[in-house]
Amino acid sequence: MKFVISILLAALLTYAIGIYGNLPWWSFVITNLLIAVAIPQKPLLAFASGAVGVGMLWAGLAFGIDLANNHILATKVATILPLKGSYSSLIILTAFLGALLGGLASLTGSFVRARKA
Amino acid sequence: MRLLPLIASAIVTTALVFTLNVQLKLGNAKAPRLGYFLSPQHGFWKNAEKIDANFDASIVANELQGNVDVYVDDRLVPHIYADHDQDAYFVQGYLHAKFRLWQMDFETRVASGRLSEIAGADKLPIDRMFRRLGMVYGAEKTEANINETNPNMKATVDAYTAGVNAYIKQLDPADLPFEFKLMNYAPEDWTPKKTYLFLMFMSYDLTGRSASLDLQMTNTRDYLGYDLFDKLYTNNQDSLDPIIPKGTVYEKPSIVPVKPMNADSAYLRKANSVAFNTVDMPEAPDKNNGSNNWAVAGSKTKSGRPILSSDPHLGLNLPSLWYEMQITTPTHSTYGASFPGSPAVIIGFNDSLAWGVTNAGRDVFDYYEVKFKDSTQNEYWFNGAWKATTKRTEVIKVKDSLDVVEDIAMTHWGPTMFDAHYQNTQSNGRSLAVQWTAHRISTGVETFYLLNRAKNYDDYLHAISLWTCPGQNFVLATKSGDIAIKQQGSFVARWERQGDFIMPGEDSSFQWQGIIPGNENPMIKNPERGFVSSANQKSTDASYPYYLGAASALPLYRGISVNMHLNKMSQITAEDMQALQTDNYNVFAATARPALMKYIQEDKLSNDAKRMVAEMTNWDLYNNVNAKGITCFKIIWDSVEQAVWGDELGGSAIPLLKPEAYVLLDQMLKDTNWSIADDIRTKNIVEDLKTQVTLGVEKATEKLLSLEKENKLEWSLFKATRVMHLTKTPALSRMNLPIGGGVNIINATTENHGPSWRMVVHLTDEIEAYGLYPGGQSGNPGSPYYDTFVNYWAEGKYYRLLFLSKEKLKQSERTKWHIQFQKTNS
Repeated sequence: MKFVISILLAALLTYAIGIYGNLPWWSFVITNLLIAVAIPQKPLLAFASGAVGVGMLWAGLAFGIDLANNHILATKVATILPLKGSYSSLIILTAFLGALLGGLASLTGSFVRARKA
Repeated sequence: MRLLPLIASAIVTTALVFTLNVQLKLGNAKAPRLGYFLSPQHGFWKNAEKIDANFDASIVANELQGNVDVYVDDRLVPHIYADHDQDAYFVQGYLHAKFRLWQMDFETRVASGRLSEIAGADKLPIDRMFRRLGMVYGAEKTEANINETNPNMKATVDAYTAGVNAYIKQLDPADLPFEFKLMNYAPEDWTPKKTYLFLMFMSYDLTGRSASLDLQMTNTRDYLGYDLFDKLYTNNQDSLDPIIPKGTVYEKPSIVPVKPMNADSAYLRKANSVAFNTVDMPEAPDKNNGSNNWAVAGSKTKSGRPILSSDPHLGLNLPSLWYEMQITTPTHSTYGASFPGSPAVIIGFNDSLAWGVTNAGRDVFDYYEVKFKDSTQNEYWFNGAWKATTKRTEVIKVKDSLDVVEDIAMTHWGPTMFDAHYQNTQSNGRSLAVQWTAHRISTGVETFYLLNRAKNYDDYLHAISLWTCPGQNFVLATKSGDIAIKQQGSFVARWERQGDFIMPGEDSSFQWQGIIPGNENPMIKNPERGFVSSANQKSTDASYPYYLGAASALPLYRGISVNMHLNKMSQITAEDMQALQTDNYNVFAATARPALMKYIQEDKLSNDAKRMVAEMTNWDLYNNVNAKGITCFKIIWDSVEQAVWGDELGGSAIPLLKPEAYVLLDQMLKDTNWSIADDIRTKNIVEDLKTQVTLGVEKATEKLLSLEKENKLEWSLFKATRVMHLTKTPALSRMNLPIGGGVNIINATTENHGPSWRMVVHLTDEIEAYGLYPGGQSGNPGSPYYDTFVNYWAEGKYYRLLFLSKEKLKQSERTKWHIQFQKTNS
């Protein structure tokens, strides 16, 4: 249960804080960290919930935007980056970066409350 | 708390945030912060526009005097209906910013030498060049003058500026244009000065080639000696068909420029050729910057009404230099191509008349060599005394580095471009100051303002009389049946060859002796032949009393082609004019091919060479997409030129100028023993044209065979026309377009240059107009409207332009969206 709630909260707060364009793009690191402090889990589970939460959100957002855009911009950016013009690779890269950072933030948070073994 | 893992994990997290938050170098100044760039709520994803996006909007702006309705058609062209003129310009500024903000920022950064600020020290050479050229200096002078003397134009530019800023102010950082995110910087407020800087850049683009040309001509003259130079770089164009028909009688000139007594020795260096190696500019405007325009009178059209055509040839870029729009207020109703960065329509039509422009190509830029007293550059020698300079300090901010300061010594000629501080290692301390009409007060912005409102020939004449720089050929056609063309600008009254080379600046004898009065500029109205035209050729024959400048800036063949066609045509329709604008006939090759054939010694050619020559001779003389003959012709001609000029010019380490193609062609047609043909590197053999041409064909064949192997013999594959994003990023550009044309062709499309806005206007009661540019109305690479017109443009097709009253446009089925501007919330 904690696991699922952590995932949902991570996604929700990442999205909510992301609405404020003036805040830095990495603000979700803070919210993820706070979630992990508030809902203690084992480090590995905390990492997984943070990663899945942000990763799924970013994947979903990117996928939806890309579909509505007929892949116009993602194809161009995937040529610049360079990902051989593959919009799918670009969505995966986006999700991966979000997941990695989201997971690490939650992991850090989990150590705040975790008892010494 | 598990301290060690906590610390370790915190460090890794912070390090990753940091890594994803620093700029990632991708070359060409592209350096996004990867985390920011990929964040779906902050980065580039936000710029991926829905393909069925809705552009309806309601905007409240206190700056307005009344309400404004904008209807946007299916090509994303806005039609502005405003009750007040200034409101129309406010909305124009707003829409320019909404669709083109990044390019406006970028282009004015280029013009003012501020690229290093966002892209780092790599851009310093370009920035320093533009600073020293006095781009900011010129823009400031124009701004100050308009602020002091022209309240109406000040109000116009201010309203435009307020519109741009109203858009910037409401812009959420997450919605910044794509390129700001890619290059990681933010827009700053627009200012009137940026508008003048933008117009200054157009002056540079269209007259600044002299900054390189004058150096190259000086180098070449010194390298060859004046006599040989004068032969190879002759200003005589035997086949010229000028803008003003041959045989026109000109009034006596009011200024008779006097060539200084010592010009032959001190300036032309006829006897004492001393090689001063001068340096070249880091960048120069495209040689092919030019254009076609023409108007045919009712006597030559099917409808009995005039038709006007205009297609400016400029660099082909995305986002485009042009942005289409209609502006309708109680004082006027105008449609056409505007410049994001400037108010009003630049090339277009209103309900009374249509106008278009081509570049005049006149030389309005000169270098003067000055002698400073010492390294402080506080004084320079002039008319037998030391004269004080003033200093202009330009601070160039450099990203991740220290500021670079240019202390520019200002002389009465103008700013010192080259001196001991600037790229002068080869020139032994020579200092060159620039005199350029673009540095003078410009009233050009008012020309367009008035043309937008012009009702007749007299209004047109008055509007263009205010035009100073860059000199243009303004063509006109009115509903009432007038057609006219006038070459207008501030043109220097020059003696023969004055300003072709670096001029002595130590006394007043080489100074400009006056600006030609506007009423003496070449012009013609309603000529008997029923058409007026220009294609950047020399505007007059030799009977015009003023020197028009070095022929290298005045291409010959497009004008011949345009006039040849127009002379033959009758019962002309708008479709005929479209066909002529996209015509691919090669009038140069029509003369040059038989001339080549005369000199080719077929029996000495290899079988491959014979095959390539056959490909060339079987060609129909049209530079069409699939033609292979033009590729063969071009490579063979270039190779023959190389064989002929290579020995005279090949040994130079400094940049020289290649003679114009007509010089060699005229010689081939004259069929004389021409001493230049001899390769001076072979001591015991005297080559003639036959040997050289045959040698050229053999050399060309090697190149043609390798092209054949790569499957690049077809003209469009060889030419590989592209419309290039301003950052030169291929992924954001349109590469390898299937389009014909080329240099000397009416369809003047070269590799990255060509017809940047094609317009045909039939002046019937209800105006029938067609047009398009190789781009799209949206500057956003993530929008389906980014490059909408490119394919159509390459195919030579046109859109019918919607030019309607508000009521009719509202009901048009092509109208898609409505943007409402309101003074207050109601």
